[in-house]
Amino acid sequence: MSELQQEPTAVQGEGRYVLGDPIADTRAPDSPVADRWSDRKFSAKLVNPANRRKMSVLVVGTGLAGAAAAATLGEAGYHVKSFCYQDSPRRAHSIAAQGGINAAKNYRYDGDSVHRLFYDTVKGGDFRSRESNVHRLAEVSLNIIDQCVAQGVPFAREYSGLLDTRSFGGTQVSRTFYARGQTGQQLLLGAYQALERQVHAGTVEVHPRTEMLDLIVVDGKARGIVTRNLFTGAIDTHLADVVILCSGGYGNVYYLSTNAKGSNVTAAWRAHKRGALFANPCYTQIHPTCIPVSGEYQSKLTLMSESLRNDGRVWVPKERGDDRDPNSIPEDERDYYLERQYPSFGNLVPRDIASRAAKNMCDAEHGVGPGGLGVYLDFSDAIERLGRPAVEAKYGNLFEMYERITGDDPYEVPMRIYPAIHYTMGGLWVDYDLRSTIPGLFVGGEANFSDHGANRLGASALMQGLSDGYFVLPTTVADYLAAGPFDEVPQDHPAVQEAVDSTRARIDKLLSANGHRTVDSFHRELGQLVWDQCGMARSKEGLEKALDRIPSLREEFWRDVKIVGTGDGFNQSLEKANRVADFMELAELMCLDALHREESCGGHFRVEHQTEDGEAQRDDDNFSYVAAWEYTGDNQRPVLHKEDLEFSYVHPTQRSYK
Amino acid sequence: MKLTLRIWRQASPEAKGKMQKYVLDDVEPDMSFLEMLDVLNEKLVIDGKDPVSFDHDCREGICGSCGMVINGNAHGPQQYTTTCQLHMRHFDDGDTIDIEPWRARAFPVVKDLVVDRSALDEIIKSGGYISVNTGSAPEAHAIPVDKVSADDAFDAATCIGCGACVAACPNGSSMLFTAAKVTHLGLLPQGQPERQSRAVNMLTRQDELDFGGCTNVGACHEVCPKGIPLATIAQLNHDVLGATLTGARSD
Amino acid sequence: MVITPQRNIVSRTWGTSVGKKSVIAVTGAIFLLYVTAHMLGNLKVFFGIESFDAYAQHLREIGEAIVGYEGVLWIARVVLLSSLVLHMWAAFSLWYKAKRARPVGYQHRQRWEGSYAARTMRWGGVIIALFLVWHILDLTTGTVNPLPGESSAYTKLVASFDRWYVSLFYILAVVALGFHIRHGLWSAIQTFGANSAMKQNALKTFAFVVAAVITIGFAVVPLAVMTGLVR
Repeated sequence: MSELQQEPTAVQGEGRYVLGDPIADTRAPDSPVADRWSDRKFSAKLVNPANRRKMSVLVVGTGLAGAAAAATLGEAGYHVKSFCYQDSPRRAHSIAAQGGINAAKNYRYDGDSVHRLFYDTVKGGDFRSRESNVHRLAEVSLNIIDQCVAQGVPFAREYSGLLDTRSFGGTQVSRTFYARGQTGQQLLLGAYQALERQVHAGTVEVHPRTEMLDLIVVDGKARGIVTRNLFTGAIDTHLADVVILCSGGYGNVYYLSTNAKGSNVTAAWRAHKRGALFANPCYTQIHPTCIPVSGEYQSKLTLMSESLRNDGRVWVPKERGDDRDPNSIPEDERDYYLERQYPSFGNLVPRDIASRAAKNMCDAEHGVGPGGLGVYLDFSDAIERLGRPAVEAKYGNLFEMYERITGDDPYEVPMRIYPAIHYTMGGLWVDYDLRSTIPGLFVGGEANFSDHGANRLGASALMQGLSDGYFVLPTTVADYLAAGPFDEVPQDHPAVQEAVDSTRARIDKLLSANGHRTVDSFHRELGQLVWDQCGMARSKEGLEKALDRIPSLREEFWRDVKIVGTGDGFNQSLEKANRVADFMELAELMCLDALHREESCGGHFRVEHQTEDGEAQRDDDNFSYVAAWEYTGDNQRPVLHKEDLEFSYVHPTQRSYK
Repeated sequence: MKLTLRIWRQASPEAKGKMQKYVLDDVEPDMSFLEMLDVLNEKLVIDGKDPVSFDHDCREGICGSCGMVINGNAHGPQQYTTTCQLHMRHFDDGDTIDIEPWRARAFPVVKDLVVDRSALDEIIKSGGYISVNTGSAPEAHAIPVDKVSADDAFDAATCIGCGACVAACPNGSSMLFTAAKVTHLGLLPQGQPERQSRAVNMLTRQDELDFGGCTNVGACHEVCPKGIPLATIAQLNHDVLGATLTGARSD
Repeated sequence: MVITPQRNIVSRTWGTSVGKKSVIAVTGAIFLLYVTAHMLGNLKVFFGIESFDAYAQHLREIGEAIVGYEGVLWIARVVLLSSLVLHMWAAFSLWYKAKRARPVGYQHRQRWEGSYAARTMRWGGVIIALFLVWHILDLTTGTVNPLPGESSAYTKLVASFDRWYVSLFYILAVVALGFHIRHGLWSAIQTFGANSAMKQNALKTFAFVVAAVITIGFAVVPLAVMTGLVR
């Protein structure tokens, strides 16, 4: 692949990128889709237990995927080091997932099966994911529930003592296991406890408050990472036989998102700059029911469970710019636009459609609340029909949370909601084994691109993180390690030194700018730009505008950012600046990816490509591929490698929710 | 709103700290407490001064990163609320607000309002888990769990590990934190085999880590953003005394 | 696995903070039983001098055939004294641990979180201990009693409480005792693991009632002497 890029065949997209060789997943067996994972497991090589102790694994990130992988590899006897920027592995942002986790257990006997979960996920991903991966995910979902129950995850139960499930995200079966509104927390604590058990056993070393700042590639293989100790500022290297990135998604490129403030793309982006391809960066997911922005100072967005749309009715005033008290707006002056536009699904249309409709209403100046960026979600009908106690029982905790944040009582005044970014489907390209294009670098969880295509179904993120962490990575990493242990890399190896030096140089450069603007002000500006042009709806014109602006903003950032203090100690501004610098680069690739994908699919909606009814219009003939981008140098045109997607089991159809 | 803030500033673990006064003129009631500090920090940075360091991450009350003692109360005046979810509408124009870090020997100050809470991980490490290897789990429905136990276990399991219990306890004890985990796992059938050894190992580790002992004051429960019941401590005591009588310990 | 040194039950118990607390709880329970009996005995003062003195005499004669004159009393004294040593030792050790646990205090003092009684256990305990010294010197050894040592228990009691400051100190001490019991009883129940979210309020009420009954039961005696009800 790399040989051919030297002489690119064609410069594409008005000279913005270069088309490279196609890429393919060579790891999934050719067998029928239902047999592939068992075949792959059987063909995977094993490592003698006595040899495992001599092999070392670095796991970056301690969310569901990272903690689960580190714990499981520790149990197997490898020497594992685990890293997180938080002060404890238990605080990784998987903890904030509310809804639940899908599994094809079919405990309800409602027609669910592994095949149906596979089918729903491929379809939900708008036919932009890989069948092999998705099928494995559906298979492994069964083991995940068993594993978590055995760990003591307190899933909701029925009076029979058996596990309760609920339906989620418009599927017709009830396959979502949950622990009240805190499923992510409980699953993460399960994985964290498994991890701490291995720390106790001496197989895993945890390095909290340690951020990965570069990947060390020696002779073409990932052999270590450069880290910064956030307490002391020390730049260290950690060398190993394998590096696994489970560092989460990049939703914070938008500044305002439901991600944690510290969530960042740095680990993945540095790996990308060292040669790992980055796939489908424009696939981002927007959640329709978040609490709207209340002012300039807003630092993050809070998601409220989608279940609210089961009983709440979404509306805006018919009159533009109507700022009357909602309760005083009479019924005939309200536009229940979802019920009007989508009579059969009404308020329960999928996430992307609900989000876009809200944006359209606000763009047309029907929005409510500060800045006109909000729509009403009204429970007065539900309260009248079911009675307040019933509404309280169902949504009490969500109403409480809403009131805590906004100060409004949703029993009396309609809630205001607005969409927000909360998940990114794109990520580092991986094959069936979750190997990136750099040998020895594996990627799991939200950080990879693999399973959700262009749109993720509700309650599937937790499933994927745990599937990668507990079941996939331990098998495929062992297969890779079976060829090891590899030659030890000396600390003074030129590649190690180069990585350390460039990390130091970068930090010094950030600190020496000593300009006039804070890191947050740059991040806010970048976020607003990406949100406007590469958010819920994207256009050629807007994306080009963003692509023109981002490089100059980036240049401004490096020249004019102001960071107080030094790199030798705890410095939160420096941490932020390091992350924002990478978002500045990623944003450009996102917009480029969005510009090149001349179709609408899943979370990627191009206004030029919609049906007459304003629905997303896919172009399977030309875009049924994964766009995997190769980094070629700062301010250089990236190279696009296409991985064609084949659908042998689930045949692409157009979605309709009219 | 105009507010006077008195914030604990301490440059490094070894440095001597002190309360420093700041005045903010333009605080909005809809701001969260941390957003108010963001506004202060933006001003400080522009003025070339070191911004106030404080821990925070999810800002939706679940990661447990944030935590400061606000006017003497861990997480501030609103019950069942983490600092990140506390909003400025709970304060009045002209108020003076004292902001201090968690205070405990086991939580040394790193900088300003940031403390090192790794002692809590140490407690979990000493036994806060069920020893099951990946892949060895039986079918999930093989062991039913009565709903009451499952719900009570969940209530205890909601602990976010923020450390407010330690900050508020007059004894500087992490008893509620330890008890929450012991209760969560001890109520489930899966947690029975290690129940006594888990309790005594975790408590022993807590004792070694410079936390104080519990005297059932109850301040921990009052400040706990998740309302972990005080009765979890009874469960811990019960299991520890059981282990003391039988001599159960795993190491 | 490593064999730890804590293999016998004494070191296992003394080795953890909960173990020490259980020592406080067990010894506290002994005191509670003792003060309950003591209070009931005190109330005999309302039945007159003969009844009270006979009771006092009887205490010396219980089990005389087996353990000799005043034998039971001495056994009780030894048990109480060793309980007291253990109770205070464990409490002091936990107090020291707590003090160590927060080397730097808060600038803005916290409001009273948790119950008031809980926070006053240590000073309340000290007040009770000081009182105990006086009380023994006054009514057991008679050292600070106005009457000579061979006087009847009843007359010594009346003579002592005739001094208003003694009565006041006594009442103060039994109020401190009440606070101590109120938190101590509930705390002991919690330490033995018998609390639950459902029972918590009931248990706290129970502890309050026991504390109130004992406080009143003790306080009525000096009050009766001061008001002239008992002469």
